[in-house]
Amino acid sequence: MDQRNFLYMFYGFAAAWGILALYVISLVMREGRLRKELDSVKRMLDSKG
Amino acid sequence: MRQNVLIGLALLAGLWLARNLYVIFLGLPDEAAQGAIYRIMFFHVPSWFTCFTAFFVAGISSMLYLGKKSTMYDTLAVSAVEVGVVFTIIGLVTGSIWGRIIWGIWWTWDPRLTWALITCIVYSGYLMLRRAIDDPTARAKNSAVLCIFAFASVVITYKAIDWWRTQHPGPVLSIRTGGGNMDPAMEAMLFSNWGALLLLCIVLVAVRMKQEDTSREVESLRRYAHAA
Repeated sequence: MDQRNFLYMFYGFAAAWGILALYVISLVMREGRLRKELDSVKRMLDSKG
Repeated sequence: MRQNVLIGLALLAGLWLARNLYVIFLGLPDEAAQGAIYRIMFFHVPSWFTCFTAFFVAGISSMLYLGKKSTMYDTLAVSAVEVGVVFTIIGLVTGSIWGRIIWGIWWTWDPRLTWALITCIVYSGYLMLRRAIDDPTARAKNSAVLCIFAFASVVITYKAIDWWRTQHPGPVLSIRTGGGNMDPAMEAMLFSNWGALLLLCIVLVAVRMKQEDTSREVESLRRYAHAA
């Protein structure tokens, strides 16, 4: 492979994968938060009878 | 069952992307003038195609929501827009890095770039609008209207390189030029990576839709709890 501008190509691929990884992490964190919220609302309803 | 299908699709997307990366780095010929940097195009262009597809699906879904008032369409629209914005940002960032080497600048107010940024801002605005409206029906209705009109910016972004010939390279794909502007192996890889990113996009949208359903459930249970 032609090595000219290799570093910037690396930055480009790293940025693309990095943005995707950040989004996937945000989805996983949101999933955890939503489950906690759902459990807490269900517990609140159960306690009200 | 649905979760197993999603895991299967995610694995397939991962394998497809890994195979594409191998071909992009080791299988494709070099480009005479640009050096290694041209290989960014295999993520830059498919990212734009993926976000345009996501915004198209969101627009159709929004129209269906206004016609049928089913929350499923609103859920699909917001999920597709959110994932579409992620791919828009990837398109902007990879394009900017490519521009730094080829043009010597990170950014210029070229019509294509400007409209791409406007598209990103408009759809980010859609996501912000949803956070600003508490009533679920009003939120779905207002955001559906915005989503339909927002698609105009996608069309303008896509056609900008035909309408204004400035800094951004003109059309090179054979579907737009009739062929002869690009090595067939390179063009095939652009479409192959679009397929892989689209599959990944479908998985992410499905995951996001599930979260939106859970969020609605939390919202309705909370309202019920306050009313009880």
